[in-house]
Amino acid sequence: MWAFIKKEFFHIFRDIRSMVILFGMPIAQVLLFGFAITTDIKDVNIAILDNSKDNITMELSNKLVSSGYFILNDNLKSNDQIEAAFKRGDIKEVVIFENDFAKKLKKEGKANVQLILDASEPNTANMISAYTSGIINTYSLELMKKSFKMPVSIITDTKMLYNPELKSVYMFVPGVITIILMLVSAMMTSISITREKEVGTMEAILVSPLRPIQIILGKVAPYVILSFINLIVILLLAKFVFAMPMYGSLILLLLESILFIVMALALGILISAISKSQQQAMMLSMFGLLLPTILLSGFIFPIENMPLPLQWVSHIMPSKWFIIILKNIMLKGVGMAYFWKETLILFLMTTFFIVMSVKKFKLRLE
Amino acid sequence: MSVSVHINSIEKKFEKVEALKKLSLNIEEGELFGFIGPDGSGKTTLFRLITSLLIPDGGNIKVGELDSETDFREIRKITGYMPGRFSLYHDLSVEENLNFYASIFNTTLKKNYHLIKDVYEQIEPFKKRKAGALSGGMKQKLALSCALIHKPELLILDEPTTGVDAVSRKEFWELLKKMQKTGITILVSTPYMDEASLCDRVALMQKGSLLALDSPENIVKKYDGDLWQLSSSNMHTIIADLSEVGSGIKNIFRFGEKVHITSNGLNLEEVKSVITEELKSKGHNNIIVEAAKPQIEDCFLDLMEEN
Repeated sequence: MWAFIKKEFFHIFRDIRSMVILFGMPIAQVLLFGFAITTDIKDVNIAILDNSKDNITMELSNKLVSSGYFILNDNLKSNDQIEAAFKRGDIKEVVIFENDFAKKLKKEGKANVQLILDASEPNTANMISAYTSGIINTYSLELMKKSFKMPVSIITDTKMLYNPELKSVYMFVPGVITIILMLVSAMMTSISITREKEVGTMEAILVSPLRPIQIILGKVAPYVILSFINLIVILLLAKFVFAMPMYGSLILLLLESILFIVMALALGILISAISKSQQQAMMLSMFGLLLPTILLSGFIFPIENMPLPLQWVSHIMPSKWFIIILKNIMLKGVGMAYFWKETLILFLMTTFFIVMSVKKFKLRLE
Repeated sequence: MSVSVHINSIEKKFEKVEALKKLSLNIEEGELFGFIGPDGSGKTTLFRLITSLLIPDGGNIKVGELDSETDFREIRKITGYMPGRFSLYHDLSVEENLNFYASIFNTTLKKNYHLIKDVYEQIEPFKKRKAGALSGGMKQKLALSCALIHKPELLILDEPTTGVDAVSRKEFWELLKKMQKTGITILVSTPYMDEASLCDRVALMQKGSLLALDSPENIVKKYDGDLWQLSSSNMHTIIADLSEVGSGIKNIFRFGEKVHITSNGLNLEEVKSVITEELKSKGHNNIIVEAAKPQIEDCFLDLMEEN
C-alpha cells in the first residue's frame, strides 16, 4: 500500500500538467473569481450633463462622485456631446439632470434624472445603473427628511436590482472550494486510473494478489492529501487576500470538506470504472461533474430562479448541499444544528457512491 | 517449483467474435511452450484466461490443482505475467518500477535480487533512467525482471519480442532458456515463426483454434510435399511476376532473401522449366531454382493455407 501511494506521488510530481491542475488551478480560480469576474463595481468613469446647475444637482453630483463607485470624467454642456463622449470609450454612464431640477422638486415634489448607459457590456451596465439609482434614492430620502419635510421624489428610469453591499467574493469562495475539490478529487483520480488502463499497467497490477480495496486506496490516498492542501490554500487566500470572514468552526468546515472529498473520490473511481480512456474519463468528469457543479449548484445562478425541473435536478448535485453547508459555516457561523440535514444527504450520497464504486471496480478485464 | 497448465475445451466470445473455439491442451511442468499465430488468433485472450483476467464462456483452465475461476487469488500469487504492451510506468525509473512491482507482490528487490540477476544485470547501469527513455530491448528486459521478481512458478509472456530488434530478441530467448533451467514453466506467444524452433513444444493458432501442437522438430518432419527455393536478379518484383505463372504452382512466399514455392506434384525439372521461362520473359537474370529443406515457417504457412 505504501509503495502504491509513493508511486502515485511520483506520477503527480513528475507530471507538469498534473502539478498545474493541482496547485496552479486553485490559486488561479480564487484570484479570478475574486478579482476579475467580480460583480462589484468600482471607479467607473461617468459624465454628468447638468442642465439645471442648482444646489441640489451639485450636491447629488458630489454624492455620486464621492461614493467611491464613480469617477467624474467629464462635465458635458449639451445633449449633442453625449454621443461623442460615449464614442471616446472611457465613460460608461451619463447622468442627465433636467432643467430647473431644484425648482421642480420644490414645486411639484418630483424631478427627473436620466441615466444613459453603455450597454455593450449588459451586466456591467445593469449594475452601474442600479448603483446610481441607489445613491439617488438615498439622497432623495435624506432631502425629504432634512430640507423639505414633505414627500419628494427624484425619478430615475431604473430600479434597484440588488443590494449594493453584497460582496461577490464571499459568494464565490464556497463555490470555488467546491469546484476545486470536485476537480482534483474526481477528475484527477478518474484520469489517473484510466491512464493505467490505457498504458496497460492496470493489467499487471490486476494479476497481482492485491485486493480491490488496496488498489483503490493506493490510488486515491494521495489525492485526499492534495485536495486537503488545496482546501487550506483556498481558505488562506480567502482570508488574507479578500479578508473573507470565517464566522463558524474551522474544524467543522474541514470535517465536512473531508466528507465531500471522499464523495468526489468515489465518483472519480466510478467514472474510471465506466470509461475506457483518459479522454473519456476527462469528458465525463467535465460534463458530468464540473459543469453541473458550476451551473446547477447555486454557485453562480440562484437555484430559486431556475425552472422547476432544473431545481429538481439540482437536488441530486452533491455540490449544492456542500455549498449550503459551507455558506452556513463561513458566512453565518452557525453550527451543525442548522445543516444536519444537508450533511446527512451528503453522507448518504457518499456511502452510495463508495458502494457503487467498489462494486464496479473489477479485478478482471471485463 | 513449477506447475502444469491444463486447458479443457475453453471457449470465449467477444460479442459476436469467437476468440477461442473449444481449445484444449496440456502444458507440462517446466516446459518452454510457444504459442505462434497471427494477430487475432486468440493468443492474448488465452493468456488472459489463464491469468484469470477474463472468465471463460465454457470449459476450464487448471494451473496445477488450481482453477482459474475459483482460485484466482492463489493463481495470481504464483504467476508472473508480462502483458503485450510492456506494462511499465514510463515516468518512473528502472529501479522504481522494479521496487513497485516487488512491493505489490509483497517482496523486495533486495530479497529476490538473485532471481532476476541474469536479466537485471544488463539494465542495472541504467537503473536511474526513466523507463520511458529505454530502448525496446531494455524495456523488455525490465518488464521481464518485473514479472520475475516474486519468484513465479508460471511465467506468461505475451509477445515479448514484438517491436524489439533482432539482437535483443536473440538475447531474450537465451535468457528464457536460462530461466527454464531454474524450473519455471514458461508460456510465450509470438507472431514470429522463426522463434518457434526455440521452444520445447509449440501450438500453432489461427482464428481461435489449434492448427498444430507438437515439438518443432516433429512439425517439420510431418511436412509433406515438395518445397523449392528460388532467387533471381530482380527480387523486388519476383512475387508479383511468379503469381502470373499459374499452372502447377501452389504457394509463393518470401523467405529471408529467397522465395519459397510449393507445387502440385511437379518435380524439380518441371518447376525449373516453367519458372525460368516465365521469369526470363519478365527480364529476370541469374535465376536459381533448387530444392529446399522445409523450415518451421514453411510448415506453418502450409498448415494455415490448408485451413
